Amino acid sequence: MDIPRHWRLNKQRYALTGEVCPHCQAKIFPPRDVCPECGGEAKTEFGFSGKGEIYSYTNIYNAPEGYEENIPYTVALVKLEEGPMITAQLTDLGDQPLEIGMPVEMITRKIRSDGDERGLLIYGYKFRPLVSA
Amino acid sequence: MQGVAILGIGQVPVGEHWDKRLVELAGDAIFAALEDAQIKRVEALYVGNMMAGQLDKQSHLGALISDWVGFRGIEAMTVEAACGSGALALRTAMVAVGSGLVSSALAVGVEKMTDTSPRETTAALATAASADWESIHGVTFVGLNALIMRRYMYEYGWKHEDFAPFSINSHANGALNPNARFQSPITKEIYLKAPMIADPINLMDASPIGDGAAAAVVVPLDLVKGMNHRPLVKIAGSAVATDSLAVHDRHDPLWLTAAEKSARVAYNQAGIGPDEVDFFEIHDAFSIMAALSLEACGFAERGQGPRLALEGEITREGSIPIATLGGLKARGHPVGATGMYQVVEAVQQLRGEAGPAQIEGAKIGLTQNIGGSGATVISHVLMTE
Repeated sequence: MDIPRHWRLNKQRYALTGEVCPHCQAKIFPPRDVCPECGGEAKTEFGFSGKGEIYSYTNIYNAPEGYEENIPYTVALVKLEEGPMITAQLTDLGDQPLEIGMPVEMITRKIRSDGDERGLLIYGYKFRPLVSA
Repeated sequence: MQGVAILGIGQVPVGEHWDKRLVELAGDAIFAALEDAQIKRVEALYVGNMMAGQLDKQSHLGALISDWVGFRGIEAMTVEAACGSGALALRTAMVAVGSGLVSSALAVGVEKMTDTSPRETTAALATAASADWESIHGVTFVGLNALIMRRYMYEYGWKHEDFAPFSINSHANGALNPNARFQSPITKEIYLKAPMIADPINLMDASPIGDGAAAAVVVPLDLVKGMNHRPLVKIAGSAVATDSLAVHDRHDPLWLTAAEKSARVAYNQAGIGPDEVDFFEIHDAFSIMAALSLEACGFAERGQGPRLALEGEITREGSIPIATLGGLKARGHPVGATGMYQVVEAVQQLRGEAGPAQIEGAKIGLTQNIGGSGATVISHVLMTE
């Protein structure tokens, strides 16, 4: 059971809470306390809008343990409109063809269940095609 | 820092060794390297391994393997950088011997991957990526490379079939290597019809896992100069560089910054440029990685790696032969052992012992071992003395 391991990331998983660098204004996700752009200390919280676009994507047919029930599923690199890029699953795709540059928005969904039916359910961010333009 | 030579090499064929434990695989490679070097003992043992703790439920390989081979008591440890662990073992041995603190050392890369189910192995491999920000989202190691490959094709206009020559070349060379996991050539048709794993990466873009071990004996160059009846191989350049663990944290996910940096430092130490490299044991875990490595190491312009392959320059007769004994794609990719296979194969080429896969007149070889999707990169320039 890894409850603390997931619990301590709730702000990031549920609300995309990152940081903004007080020195160079770079927006940082996930939070890392040292700005990757200027090397300064960066501990100021910043809430991301959850809007972004697809930088790249792939469909996973061979899943690791714990992800088999959703095969095939789509994973993307999403470029957030505030700057950083993140890795996440895409969801609610329906029949529309995916393409690089497609606008997407964050939504909270179940990522996986840990162990058997009594195991921990891990929720977090996924992205879907932008609903409200 | 004194000069360092590779006096002996040993390897076991990459495959499914159901009858051998991890320690036996490592031992077989070590005994072969000692016999090749014609010495009985070394002062230190450095083990490159990624997954024994997960797949074999066995950590602490330094003491385990040194005891197994009869060296109980010597300095020994494991070094780890995911798929880059193997070359990191050579790097560690070179630093130890080069510093003068250790008079002789063994570097061994070993991995046992076929006892477990594919899903367990896939999950273990995914630990090379960022657990909290990549793997948690179900992205596999293949998936990360697929994300890079799709964007690369989009940016530079390549089609999937343009990557076929990488796979075809590796399998053609692997067919000449008795230690390779796969020893049959493939055709373009086989490449195009292979099942998809994580689009655009299909089975023929991806290297196969396997069990394996490869080892090298490292000693001071001055000690053995002129004593060996064979061409003596020295480590002329050695460098490690790192990048962000997560692909998404890179400003340019299509450029292997750590590969470029470690190759540049190793070239400078050896006093050469890429033009002087006779062959390149490349980390072709995926065909996209081969393209990016050629660019980062100065053999192709940015975005033009596939052109080099399409023009035939990567074959044994081309200007920069790569994966000369099959590479990861055909020799196989027993993760933590791979970097040592590259080194062993480069020594075979430089000694003129590569059999039908021999590159005529090879004097300078580059080996490059990549951990994760480019987060740790180890480059070595090996030369005949």
